[in-house]
Amino acid sequence: MQPDYKLELVCPAGSLPALKAAVDNGADCVYMGFRDDTNARNFTGLNFDAANTRAGVEYAHAKGAKVLLALNTYPRSQGWERWERAVDQAADNGMDAIILADPGLMQYAMKTHPQLHLHLSVQGSATNYEAINFYHEHFGIKRAVLPRVLSFAQVEELAAGTPVELELFGFGGLCVMVEGRCSLSSYVTGESPNNCGVCSPPKAVRWQKTATGLESRLNGVLIDRYADDENAGYPTLCKGRFEVEGATYYAMEEPTSLNTLELLPELLRVKIRGLKIEGRQRSPAYVAQVTSVWREAIDQCTKNPKDFSVKPAWTAALGKISEGQQHTLGAYYRPWK
Amino acid sequence: MKLALGPVLYYWTQEKLQAFYEEVAASPVDIVYLGETVCSRRHILRLADWLELAKMLANAGKKVVLSTLTLIESESDLKTLHRITENGEFAVEANDMGAVHLLQGRTPFIAGPYLNIYNPQTLNLMATLGAQRWVMPVEMSSEALQPLQQARPAEMETEVFSYGRLPLAFSSRCFTARFHNLPKDDCRFLCLDDPDGKTMRTREGKPFLVINGIQTQSALMYNLLGDLDSLRDLGVDVLRISPQSAHTAEIIRLFHDRAEQRVSPELAAQQMEKLMPEAACNGYWHGRPGMEQAFLASNQLQE
Repeated sequence: MQPDYKLELVCPAGSLPALKAAVDNGADCVYMGFRDDTNARNFTGLNFDAANTRAGVEYAHAKGAKVLLALNTYPRSQGWERWERAVDQAADNGMDAIILADPGLMQYAMKTHPQLHLHLSVQGSATNYEAINFYHEHFGIKRAVLPRVLSFAQVEELAAGTPVELELFGFGGLCVMVEGRCSLSSYVTGESPNNCGVCSPPKAVRWQKTATGLESRLNGVLIDRYADDENAGYPTLCKGRFEVEGATYYAMEEPTSLNTLELLPELLRVKIRGLKIEGRQRSPAYVAQVTSVWREAIDQCTKNPKDFSVKPAWTAALGKISEGQQHTLGAYYRPWK
Repeated sequence: MKLALGPVLYYWTQEKLQAFYEEVAASPVDIVYLGETVCSRRHILRLADWLELAKMLANAGKKVVLSTLTLIESESDLKTLHRITENGEFAVEANDMGAVHLLQGRTPFIAGPYLNIYNPQTLNLMATLGAQRWVMPVEMSSEALQPLQQARPAEMETEVFSYGRLPLAFSSRCFTARFHNLPKDDCRFLCLDDPDGKTMRTREGKPFLVINGIQTQSALMYNLLGDLDSLRDLGVDVLRISPQSAHTAEIIRLFHDRAEQRVSPELAAQQMEKLMPEAACNGYWHGRPGMEQAFLASNQLQE
């Protein structure tokens, strides 16, 4: 293994306490967003204002962790200046990189702050090396985050075709669609990840107890209905039960979490540079738990990849906090497709 | 305004495609997009067959554009992409930045609806790389389009998805195979049985979405036939009609007649009702959830 190669654990920071929890439990990098629609987790009560940003960067840097800023929505003409200002603030605050999806904004960042490292967001929908090399050639991106759609064999093929570092999602909520190419949420609610930084936004959700069960609705559309003995989940619209030709089932995906612990030796072999934990909307306690499990697993695997095996205690700890208490390897495991 | 026929998003047999495009050749459509844009496993027509169709349509006076796959995952997908971008005869619609990378500076291209062009800065960048036309993302509103129209580079044409089931999402998972409890790699090409996709209903029976392999579409028909005035006022150059298994040529004619003011808005709307397999929606254009239907014309809404 090259002496300078290291798989970085990239953890979510939806708030200052979550950032501290990630750093204290061994995150190599934390990623955060400002408190507005410039990032894809634009939820009420989440994210960073100016003072928290300064405090967060200071805390992480003092403990040797990097800070990445997500600016990964697609700005429209109205409000464009807000995205430019966010890029400027990232540079002023000494962020280690910004995570972008919009080519126009990348151009601005590259010209105005040439020293600032650029990462291509998962919202950039780059699933092949020609697409990644496009962003590398024009904007000098240093790293690309891959959408959760490739099998691991495809990831390996892609890695061989680009000089750009790769970051993969390792754990957390599982987006079934190609990120950046899903308008389901705006079709139902008017707001989507691309244009507002939200998917199935809470303000469109209604719960209703009825004679046939507990119903979850998104802007009036019935996403699911639960019997008394069923656990009700958040009505993310691709994880509801629908009826197709008489069969009612999770037509797109079950409420389940991505967990790639068992792939760690493969990630190291292919020299993936970033392992991303999803969940800026989750609590500091969640971030602490997930970060510490992954820290231990990455350290053990780095020391001795040949004898690596997933400890049942890790799986149990992660299982308790997973969506729907279920795990999947998602698309990395080809038959999932 | 010119009319374009988008690529067929479903998997149809060779006979059906042949008959369909012969009808299209005789219709008043100006531009025809050809090729498989949804699933790399679909192979009834090879590139050579698409090129045959392209020549037939070009001979009938249509401007033909070859559309690329949207989700490009493998080395074999990239090989196909190379063959399309290097075809040397027909224009290409890039539906992925990988396609733009192969076309930039070499071949003029059309920037497809999945490139996420949301602002003038990105549109200008595409123009410098050789884009001659761009297709607005389906979720964009007329209000959000306006500043792009004002700032767009000279010669850049704007195309708007104006009729058909909205292509809303792509996944690497095949939802048709999932319905049949089959893995995608052994899908038996059962999407051939669904010439307009499979309707997914809510548990109270309302048509919600349509499954088309790895693509998810709206169940409702996006229909901007009643919004042609606002499209024209904004300087939109091309209206895209998305193929369905029946009545496509009639829909093209109706848009054509309406654009030429040969039929009243009321009569056109009435005739359209009979040609749509499901109820209509136009929310996106009016800055609302896509599934909604604004009944008033946009100029009335603004008052």
